Amino acid sequence: MAYVAIADRDHEIEHHDPQTFITKYIWSQDHKVIAIQYSITAIFVGLIALGLSAMMRLQLGFPDQFSFINPENYYQFITMHGMIMVIYLLTALFLGGFGNYLIPLMCGSRDMVFPFLNMLSYWVYLVSVIILLISFFVPGGSTGAGWTLYPPQAIMQGTPGTDWGILLMLASLAVFIVAFTMGGLNYVTTVLQARCKGMTLMRMPLSVWGIFIATVLGLLAFPALLVSAIMMLFDKTLYTSFFMPAISSMGADPGYSGGSPILFQHLFWFFGHPEVYIVALPAFGIVSDLLSTHARKNIFGYRMMVWAIIAIGGLSFVVWAHHMYVSGMNPYFGFFFATTTLIIAVPTAIKVYNWVLTLWEGNIHLRVPMLFSIAFVFTFIHGGLTGLFLGNVTIDLPLSDTYFVVAHFHMVMGVSPVLVVFGAIYHWWPKITGKMYHEGLGKWHFWMTFLGTYAIYLPMHYLGFAGVPRRYFAMGNTEFLPDSAQDLNAWITMSALFVAATQILFFVNVIWSLTRGPKADPNPWNATTLEWQTPDTPPKHGNWGHDLPECHRWAYDYSVPGYEDDFIPQNVPADVAPAGRDHGEGH
Amino acid sequence: MPFAVVLILLVVGSLLFHLLSPWTFTELASNWGMVDFTVDITLYVTGFVFVAVNLFMAYCVIKFRHKKGARAAYEPENKKLESWLTVLTAIGVAAMLTPGLFVWAKFVDVPEDAHVVEAVGQQWHWTYRLPGEDGKLGEVDAERISDDNPFGLDPEDPNGQDDVLVYNGEIHVPVDKPVKFLLRSKDVLHDFAVAQFRVKMDLVPGMNTYLWLTPTKTGRFEILCEELCGIGHHTMRGAVIVAEKDDYATWLANQSTFSEINSAPAGNASVGAAQYAVCASCHGQQGEGIAAMNAPKIAGQSEWYLKRQIMNYKNGVRGTHADDIYGQQMIGMVATLVDEQAVDNVVAHILTFPDGDVEATVTGDVTAGRKHYNVCAYCHGKDGMGVQALNAPRAAGMSDWYMARQLQNFKDDVRGGHLQDYHGKQMGFMADILHDEQAINDVIAYINTL
Repeated sequence: MAYVAIADRDHEIEHHDPQTFITKYIWSQDHKVIAIQYSITAIFVGLIALGLSAMMRLQLGFPDQFSFINPENYYQFITMHGMIMVIYLLTALFLGGFGNYLIPLMCGSRDMVFPFLNMLSYWVYLVSVIILLISFFVPGGSTGAGWTLYPPQAIMQGTPGTDWGILLMLASLAVFIVAFTMGGLNYVTTVLQARCKGMTLMRMPLSVWGIFIATVLGLLAFPALLVSAIMMLFDKTLYTSFFMPAISSMGADPGYSGGSPILFQHLFWFFGHPEVYIVALPAFGIVSDLLSTHARKNIFGYRMMVWAIIAIGGLSFVVWAHHMYVSGMNPYFGFFFATTTLIIAVPTAIKVYNWVLTLWEGNIHLRVPMLFSIAFVFTFIHGGLTGLFLGNVTIDLPLSDTYFVVAHFHMVMGVSPVLVVFGAIYHWWPKITGKMYHEGLGKWHFWMTFLGTYAIYLPMHYLGFAGVPRRYFAMGNTEFLPDSAQDLNAWITMSALFVAATQILFFVNVIWSLTRGPKADPNPWNATTLEWQTPDTPPKHGNWGHDLPECHRWAYDYSVPGYEDDFIPQNVPADVAPAGRDHGEGH
Repeated sequence: MPFAVVLILLVVGSLLFHLLSPWTFTELASNWGMVDFTVDITLYVTGFVFVAVNLFMAYCVIKFRHKKGARAAYEPENKKLESWLTVLTAIGVAAMLTPGLFVWAKFVDVPEDAHVVEAVGQQWHWTYRLPGEDGKLGEVDAERISDDNPFGLDPEDPNGQDDVLVYNGEIHVPVDKPVKFLLRSKDVLHDFAVAQFRVKMDLVPGMNTYLWLTPTKTGRFEILCEELCGIGHHTMRGAVIVAEKDDYATWLANQSTFSEINSAPAGNASVGAAQYAVCASCHGQQGEGIAAMNAPKIAGQSEWYLKRQIMNYKNGVRGTHADDIYGQQMIGMVATLVDEQAVDNVVAHILTFPDGDVEATVTGDVTAGRKHYNVCAYCHGKDGMGVQALNAPRAAGMSDWYMARQLQNFKDDVRGGHLQDYHGKQMGFMADILHDEQAINDVIAYINTL
């Protein structure tokens, strides 16, 4: 699709520059401020979720040594840890945070096309977070149903937090989805309608592609979660039976009949699997740009990378039931979903090859963002390959519901995206704040995070092989498990506490940078993409001063032969510098 | 350079960890060796990719790291290379998927001569049902489930009369014969998983699911619930006992059918009164308990619980631990009850006793105890009166010094450590969350207020 010239009609659109502190920083409609608001909130709840994981690791590593952990709050910890990390941290941070910051800047736009809606999106997100946090303090505490919230268990009395916790959880999710929809429509519309002149779709940086497709996935997938949340709320409060068959709970008949617990699982995973890619695709896109920039080399196979993102996004809607191989659904579904799931490995592998081939014959600067990026490729290969075990229906028979699953999804969906998050924060920090960070501290932070997380999750797969089930408060004496399984658990806990503690280095770096960091160069990495070409650093409201930029080339003209600099920004016309490649010329 | 070296070390280290790890699949005890074979193929393919791609990346980091005056190449794409890589990946994927689908086809297709066992899950126990001589299972219905009919069987259905009902957590099956486990849940999702058999499947209320296997080794294989089912999830244990054909037949002959259970005569309290004379010397004439004799109050305790514990003593499931001095005394005493009918009679007599108050002897911090009791309340009830469906006996209004001792025994595996004491093992897990004597006293002090 060609660009549509809303951006060109810039002079017709009034921009009210914010005047007061409140309109500038609180009720702001500037996508950059909203991005920072989203990011700070997401990281704040993420720290809570990190604390929760430390609590559960204490119990698993050293069972029954800590009197403040019992089965009731343990299940509440795991539930809230999972839900916060997946939804309120990663989804919000990648789309609300990076999406908001990068889309208008990388596309050469003044702002999102609906700035007021954008502002509303953040405040509604904040409401969902507040509802979530309140659930810790209601009678009975937050829900302990596991982040998948499977009924009937999620609303029956044998589970912690079925008085109020589950209601607030479902309500919070519904509100979150409203917030996401407001933001998501904005991101999609902005990408499609507000790119600057010359910014064809096939010239967009992969970060924008990843965020764009992830947002489309979110808009299609979140409604499934919304309806299941509402239906479960009805089952809980109005005694409808959407998900509830006739049961006998604790010797009593709660009065349900005719519903299907499996229906909930289908709806949940119809959302839940694309959700994996809602987190992964922005990470894929961002890491592509980081690798390219710091290797001073064009991303290898750009077109293939774009189509791989689109293919993965499309396929992600036809693989959901691979989370349900042993759920009791019709077992014949296994053939179909195992096949689609393993097919998705092909475009994913292509992305990995292309990242690695981008390094080939590059000029690799091992700065902090690059370290995180290469480490991402390493952990993502690991997590992706273990996915081939679980995606293959037969192998799910022994490994489903064990620690192999926990290790797999933390490697692929926890460690890998978080490495990208850190890489991205370090990469764009100079643009966002106008200050440089401390390189040495950043490197220490990298090493401890990377090695520490690998020390947690590599061994964890082997607990799964040995047969340790997930979501167990304690193993007790389980005959088939060697005693050494407990030693391994203790090691994992030590590593986890170490990683959690070392995150302090990141915050020290943030404070150091903001208070005494040197002023940043507007384009410290000599990057080609438009966000580095703004007239001000950090960019002011409206981003571009008087004139919008014009895009003349794709995002990856690094080390173009015959040109002195090893990068040519996207807004440099073809008559000033050679067009490295006639990519996505359009018109 | 250090970065590339670390990457190489991580690759080598991961391989070594894999090869040297003692944490591998448990020894196979079923026909599902094909599952292990599929896992092995996947390990080889993915292991190769892991090593190759990461070493290549490390090589790039070494060879192409920034040097003064260096410049990167300009190569936007390489169609031929990309096509080759795509084709090779597709071949690798097919190599893993094909055996996977092949084995799954076997798993879906149950042999016709399979021996059928129904495993019933509930929070947080396993029970089992066998079809009996007619080979047919009787109709069941969740709405018919009650304390007297825990399986929810239709009393009118002729097919159900000879169904064999197994109430403790163990099911026996014959070795080398295919067995189809029909899976049914009464309340929430559960999962039937035996690590040595390699297969697992969820239990879903409102529908029947299944899995099948042929056990190839005799022995005891622990069943774990592997689908989160509430606060007692980790305590939901059972076992499959794989036995030789003759041993299996012996076991089966000792099990009761639905109609046998229904037609068993109720306990006779007046007959039981004579037998109770032995008990009275310690537990008191009215079952009020005598602390000096280390005998707890039994008046007011639930019928099913009294019977189970007496049977446990009789069967050596309780009171056999060397440190359980008072339990050992009980073993001698229950020997005077010659059979199950005698036990029923004496329990019927105990039920005639008035439920008197007990003197509180344990002191503790009630507020702290109340917090602990939140967890206990899931099974024993907020009022501490016990819930039969959850196999949780009454705690409120019973001898507090006795409960404190039992909690300590559960913690120390003095009680609940016997392999066949599934309910005791469950309590052992829960008692472990009381970290010290103070915590035990606190929770008992709270129970005294109920």
